[in-house]
Amino acid sequence: MDLADLYRDVIVDHNRSPRNRGELPAATHHADGDNPLCGDRLHLDVDVAGDVIRDLRFQGGGCAISTASASLMSEAVKGKTRAEAAEIFGAVHRMLTGDGYDAAQLGKLAALAGVREFPARVKCASLCWHTLNAALAGEAVPVTTE
Amino acid sequence: MAAVREAALPLDLARIRGDFPVLARRINDRPLAYLDNAASSQQPAAVIDAVADYARAHHANVHRGVHTLSQEATALYEGAREKARRFVNAASRSEIVFVRGTTEAINLVAQSYGRPRLAPGDEIIVTRLEHHSNIVPWQMLCAQTGAVLRAVPIDRRGVVDFDAYLAMLGKRTRIVALAHVSNALGTVLPLADFIAAARERGIATLVDGAQAVAHMPVDVQSLGSDFYAFSAHKMYGPTGIGVLHARESLLAAMPPWQGGGDMILTVSFEGSTWNHLPHRFEAGTPNIGGAVGLGAAIDYLGRIGQARVAAHEQDLLEYATAKLSGIDGLTLVGTAPVKSSLVSFTLEGIHPHDLGTVLDSRGVAVRTGHHCAMPVMDFFGVPATTRASFGIYNTREEIDALHEALLHAIRMLR
Repeated sequence: MDLADLYRDVIVDHNRSPRNRGELPAATHHADGDNPLCGDRLHLDVDVAGDVIRDLRFQGGGCAISTASASLMSEAVKGKTRAEAAEIFGAVHRMLTGDGYDAAQLGKLAALAGVREFPARVKCASLCWHTLNAALAGEAVPVTTE
Repeated sequence: MAAVREAALPLDLARIRGDFPVLARRINDRPLAYLDNAASSQQPAAVIDAVADYARAHHANVHRGVHTLSQEATALYEGAREKARRFVNAASRSEIVFVRGTTEAINLVAQSYGRPRLAPGDEIIVTRLEHHSNIVPWQMLCAQTGAVLRAVPIDRRGVVDFDAYLAMLGKRTRIVALAHVSNALGTVLPLADFIAAARERGIATLVDGAQAVAHMPVDVQSLGSDFYAFSAHKMYGPTGIGVLHARESLLAAMPPWQGGGDMILTVSFEGSTWNHLPHRFEAGTPNIGGAVGLGAAIDYLGRIGQARVAAHEQDLLEYATAKLSGIDGLTLVGTAPVKSSLVSFTLEGIHPHDLGTVLDSRGVAVRTGHHCAMPVMDFFGVPATTRASFGIYNTREEIDALHEALLHAIRMLR
């Protein structure tokens, strides 16, 4: 087991300086994700216009893997359609569970490939994606003007 | 005085470590440093062999057959009960009920002692530092009876507020349920004082002794507790077996909580009559091999001497506290003046879950998470801590390995 493969530079960087962290007042969709194993909670705000994920922000998180994964996800799905986001999630899921992956398709997300060697940590990396799915599946909430 | 003299002799650590086969393992190309004893301790060969010998040569059902094996199994099982009686200095074997573990013991008391007695508005008192297993059974009992659960506050060191406890003891208090030692913080309660205050008011007391019995001598008669529960797997025995000590006068008045074989004298469709104590509370074929293993663990601790064990572990606690306190950004969670041998801490900028992975890569096994004590985590405002908990076989060198692995994690992740 090689720790350096788990905590690659990209992961450490996104953990130290997470992208798209915070609130999104204009959000149309929200969801909370829980990881009972480590007690981590993730809150996701998503702004969906038509079929497109215009913007998203996350709060909470926890370990380096879950924080970096949420940060990387936020960059990867911003501006994508729901179908494109689902396709990326499918590719990430295959990478995390060891079914092979296309590094070119995944781009920076491929930094999470080392997680599959640490089964106890796979849930840390997938929490944000399940939370995004829940947010997108939920009813759009009224947007306030405040 | 005998205990002091005994404690003065240091443990033969090399020999003790040789007694535990798993300690020879290497994890990720490093010697295993097993510092997760508060979750579950390892087993010496004496325990492993006793359980195996029972299965190889003496197994049969207990309390039934007239054949030789059944008599041998019964003698081993009841012999373990006598060892457990002596271990906590109970007045008689009738007061020793074998259970699956501390959790089952507490559920037994909640359902068999509490449920018939409690009325709406009655109160059950626990402390803020309890393990979930000494909270949830009482919440379930409250839902069934309309009783109310109250928690005694703790301070920033993790010390339970004795004055607040006294103020909470009232006319409606029926049960006080206390951890002897906090699993998340290591705080040792001054139990005798807590119990005496409840007894003066005629309130029943239960002690969750899961984190105590491996680390200090326990005498239920001098403590004065009504119920005292512990698990074998936290005292170098196997999983799936534990003990509920219950004062005989209370136990005799309690209805069975599970029905089945072995807990009855007679059964007919008009009704059944209950077996004598403690068998009334042991429905079904028990964990005979587990009881044998528990007996062997008690013997093992007895040979080494619990006062010597306590002295060794307190030395490890002092060493670890000093060593870890020197790490930049490390905050100890749980700094009570009287502690059992564990250190719970947070490390600035590094999540416990990441720390657990990095430490494991260096062969160091610790617990990370909420330790089944979420109210304690809430109190300290942290989602989780990292906990290193020491046992009879741990060494200063293993604490050095922990220290070195923590510095490695800081270099890597902070």
